Amino acid sequence: MKDWPLYEVFIRSRSGLNHKHVGSLHAADPQMAIEHARDVYTRRMEGVSIWVVESSRLHASDPMENDAFFEPSQDKIYRHPTFYDLPDEVKHM
Amino acid sequence: MDTENMQKAMPTLSFEERIEKDEKIEARDWMPEEYRRTLIRQISQHAHSEIVGMLPEGNWVTRAPSLKRKAILLAKIQDEAGHGLYLYAACETLGVSRDDLLRELHSGKAKYSSIFNYPALTWADMGAIGWLVDGAAIMNQIPLCRTSYGPYVRAMVRICKEESFHQRQGYEIMLTLSRGTEVQRNMAQDALNRWWWPSLMMFGPGDSDSVHSLQNLRWKIKRFSNDELRQRFVDMTVPQADLLGLKIPDPRLCWNPERNHYDFGPIDWDEFWNVVKGNGPCNRERLSDRVAAYENGAWVRDAAIAHAQKQRSKQVPAAS
Repeated sequence: MKDWPLYEVFIRSRSGLNHKHVGSLHAADPQMAIEHARDVYTRRMEGVSIWVVESSRLHASDPMENDAFFEPSQDKIYRHPTFYDLPDEVKHM
Repeated sequence: MDTENMQKAMPTLSFEERIEKDEKIEARDWMPEEYRRTLIRQISQHAHSEIVGMLPEGNWVTRAPSLKRKAILLAKIQDEAGHGLYLYAACETLGVSRDDLLRELHSGKAKYSSIFNYPALTWADMGAIGWLVDGAAIMNQIPLCRTSYGPYVRAMVRICKEESFHQRQGYEIMLTLSRGTEVQRNMAQDALNRWWWPSLMMFGPGDSDSVHSLQNLRWKIKRFSNDELRQRFVDMTVPQADLLGLKIPDPRLCWNPERNHYDFGPIDWDEFWNVVKGNGPCNRERLSDRVAAYENGAWVRDAAIAHAQKQRSKQVPAAS
């Protein structure tokens, strides 16, 4: 397998939904990766569309840096609707 | 949403605290080396078992009694290959290469489930394997859907979804045989006789003798002990055997109303360790079949690489 790169597999389970990561596999080229993904991940009608991407092309955030990296999403609580105190009489808001 | 809590920065949890809180550990998270090693060992053994598990069944593809049974058996074997692939891929997220894993299997260094070192002598064995071996595997695997390592969880969830057809088709084979002629009934009984004890051994050594059990339970790699799962399997399977009109080959098997469980006779652990050490009826045959399959497939892998390279060289570079 050493010359067969690793691919990440993403499957759209039906139209209207986004592609979702389901796993990975080795293949000689992208076409083979798609065919293997079909055989490995859609044997029971789990998908209508397959994306494959070479794992080495994927860039990811560093889990060790999570606290600092995601900090901006934690200190702006006024982004959430429940931050605002409104009288009970206000409906539909 | 609770704004009070949101204002506090999320504290960094230690590995042990995350395990304690039932958080899943993902591939790039920090983990103790021993946790990583344990997972690599367990997941790769599991992957190897799926792959070697195809061999006893492959033996019956050309001799299945009908086209329907043949198609079902092929679909089941294809599933096992898929399960092996999910698990190898999960194992590779821990930083080992597929080549290393295969090398360890082919050199005989890595273990796989000993059950596959028993021969599949008659068609009824396809029934007994589905019913008992896949049944025991499911019993082992369902708790693994809640194991602490994320990629392993996701592989196990897929596997468990697919595994249930394996057990049902096996039981249906047993049902058909047990309602057939006397010869067919005897064949089913004979298969049960041979597969019962090895199936019980699939849960591994008793809790007092299991070297890895305690730490694995603490890290939530395992969720139940070997003996707990074995008892659960016996309790579930005895009524199924009754329904087939077959007799489980254990004179000491009986319902214990005080424990609310079936009591069963002692397991021959000498036999178990003997097979683990490589001296089962089919160890050598399975390994040499596996190695031959890999070696005979080398030209296909090479051809695929050559084809990929050729296609790449044919691509006209985009005009700039």
